[in-house]
Amino acid sequence: MLTRAERRRGIGWGLLSLVGIAFFVGIAVAALLSWDAGNTQSLLFTAYTWRILRFTLLQAVLSTLLSVVFALPVALALARRPSFPGRVWVIRLMALPMGLPVLIGALGLIGIWGRHGAMNSLLLKLGLEQPISIYGLSGILLAHVFFNLPLAARLLLAALERLPAEYWLLSSSLGMKPFSVFRFIEWPAARRVIPGITGLIFMLCATSFTLVLVLGGGPAATTLEVAIYQSLRFDFDPPRAIALSLLQIGMTALILVAISLFPAPDDSGITTGRATRRFDGRTVPARLWDTLAILLAIAFLILPLASIVAAGARANLWSLLSSAAFLRAAWTSFTIALSAGLLAVLTSLAIIAGREAIADMKRPAGTARAFSVSLGGMSSLVLLVPPVVLGTGWFLMLRPFGDVARFAPALVAIINMLMALPFVMRVLAPAVETHRERTGRLSASLGLSGFSRVWRIDLPVLARPLLTALSFAMALSLGDLGAVALFGSSELTTLPWLVYSRLSSYRTNDADGLALILGIICLALTMIGTAGRRETSHD
Amino acid sequence: MTDGIALDKVELKLGAREFRFDCALPAGAVTAITGPSGSGKSTFLNLVAGFETPDRGRILIAGGDVTEKHPSERPVSLVFQDNNLFAHLDLAANIGLGISPSLRLSGNDRAAISQALERVGLGGFEKRTPGTLSGGERQRAAFARALVRKKTVLLMDEPFAALDPGLRLSMANLLIDLHRETGNTVLIVTHDPDEVGRLADHAIFIDHGQILLQARAEEFLVRRDIPALAEFLSG
Ligand SMILES: Nc1ncnc2c1ncn2[C@@H]1O[C@H](COP(=O)(O)OP(=O)(O)OP(=O)(O)O)[C@@H](O)[C@H]1O
Ligand SMILES: [Mg+2]
Repeated sequence: MLTRAERRRGIGWGLLSLVGIAFFVGIAVAALLSWDAGNTQSLLFTAYTWRILRFTLLQAVLSTLLSVVFALPVALALARRPSFPGRVWVIRLMALPMGLPVLIGALGLIGIWGRHGAMNSLLLKLGLEQPISIYGLSGILLAHVFFNLPLAARLLLAALERLPAEYWLLSSSLGMKPFSVFRFIEWPAARRVIPGITGLIFMLCATSFTLVLVLGGGPAATTLEVAIYQSLRFDFDPPRAIALSLLQIGMTALILVAISLFPAPDDSGITTGRATRRFDGRTVPARLWDTLAILLAIAFLILPLASIVAAGARANLWSLLSSAAFLRAAWTSFTIALSAGLLAVLTSLAIIAGREAIADMKRPAGTARAFSVSLGGMSSLVLLVPPVVLGTGWFLMLRPFGDVARFAPALVAIINMLMALPFVMRVLAPAVETHRERTGRLSASLGLSGFSRVWRIDLPVLARPLLTALSFAMALSLGDLGAVALFGSSELTTLPWLVYSRLSSYRTNDADGLALILGIICLALTMIGTAGRRETSHD
Repeated sequence: MTDGIALDKVELKLGAREFRFDCALPAGAVTAITGPSGSGKSTFLNLVAGFETPDRGRILIAGGDVTEKHPSERPVSLVFQDNNLFAHLDLAANIGLGISPSLRLSGNDRAAISQALERVGLGGFEKRTPGTLSGGERQRAAFARALVRKKTVLLMDEPFAALDPGLRLSMANLLIDLHRETGNTVLIVTHDPDEVGRLADHAIFIDHGQILLQARAEEFLVRRDIPALAEFLSG
């Protein structure tokens, strides 16, 4: 269907993005490997690194377990109550943590579960003495559950709602009791998606940086990523940072292989409007149980969010908004986010064009197929080599060439771009594919190509998904602390970095106000994104 | 009063659509439910099955008032167009759920399941899962479950619509055979006038949520005085 020139261009674009990403990631890894290798090997498995690795895995296992175990009753309850009052809003609430910068979420959690938080004050009044600590393992678990329980619940709910409506009619007509419905219908459906969900959440928790930085960080509660950051930023001990980075890459590689064995979960099919009808669970205990599960989940999610708003509103927002520090950080954040977003969209388009050109060949040679596969893999390379490791590599690489701070904004933008790439691909690839299926033959037969095709045929249709992808990527970059953590300084201050440094210097009032502002910006961007996505998935 | 199925001045409003059904269907017979798309055929069946409760009026099955009864308390079996079987359970479990909803089955029950499978031409298929069956075989398995349930009423919503014409014919024959054996009351929704002739003793025609005609099948098929029905019968 493509003209020869188009195919050549597609392959060219694909090759360019492939080489670009491989170069950026390769340099970082090469820099790590070439730094005094003899010394590193002996550092790879010391008592210290073992402890860190053990804690990383332990907290990830526990976080995943708790998230999925508590998500299951919530998802079951929501699935069984299609006309629960405000159900749509409950489901939307469960999408919120995903769009919220992690640092902001952490602040909200501290507001509720912290030493002076609402929860401990309540427990104090009830006669217990400070039973919950937001710092250390318990805090990390709490925070991971806050972010991942809603994710798991949404994915489980989607799996339950994808079941044919006839199942519920049949089960009630057959007289199946709640336990039978669970055993024969709900659990088999959940069991199919739980491995995928578990893998996804485990990966997120094992590589979580910001939450552990803010809530853990002490020697007893540090994950690999945070330990890398600390050994570079505080102890300036590159060999240890390198050893930890290599461990990190090894660990994520193993997790990725394990995950690839299971089908990826998706939340398509979740109904926010007209829902299926259920005839089971009409008894009073069932109603109470479901209501309790849903209300507890709402409280667990909404209290920290409310705390962000309440604490933020106490700050003098206007003077914060007009302060020089805020304006400078906002400008820096915005330029980095816009560059990262545009880069991510362009790179995705290049990757898609490359794969399209290969798919268009009648008999692609082995090399062409390998090229196509590696293009797909490239887009998620950042999962294997996480931001802090990339940053570490480039940090070591650039140090001989002068002040790293000079290169820092570009590095942060590129790393943010790589972080956004998997999400952007998930939005753009299917959109472009369906668009090509619909218009490819017609355009080819009309001889439309080049600029006029892009302008008249592609842009009008793809504008929405492009905007969605861009706003997702920008939100991700705006809220990210992981990439900027290594380079943050008085010269390079992004909004999350500003919040974090205000927090570290105990100017919590400012931090709360800034957090509210940043949270609103990121949620607004994500909402633009989701609105666009819903639109495209409907037609 | 009849010992079949009676909808006694039943009224129901769904969204903006209003339904008004008042009829008595004979026991031990096959009644075809026909009508244009969106006329309310499935809604009619849902009322009998208990998935909809009337705003006004009563529903009686075999003389008993079931208006307020949960679907599981009504003496009915169901066969839909599709998804009659739980895809992850084998046929023995799928049919066994018709006997015991918690799948506590005795040796006798298992024998009954095997017999029912045999009866619908699926002997030895106990361990097969629905995904490995053809569309016709899946509907046969649904019949087998209706057999073991031994309910007096069988409700079917376009059970053959997804099958090709040849298969429809043999499934219709199977249904007739099973009906003769059990003497149950069958309501079958269909879009196909030929099927009415082949299967039904009686037929009703629904349009815009109301029953326009209830008649014996022979009479039903030659009526030309109702325009909507004439259109339905001509194809
Ligand atoms: N829960 C509901 N809320 C609002 N409207 C409904 C609801 N259920 C059914 N309807 C409407 O009632 C009408 C009858 O629906 P029904 O499913 O009974 O039609 P049908 O005769 O079975 O059609 P088909 O032959 O296409 O299956 C339709 O217009 C439908 O949109
Ligand atoms: Mg219908």
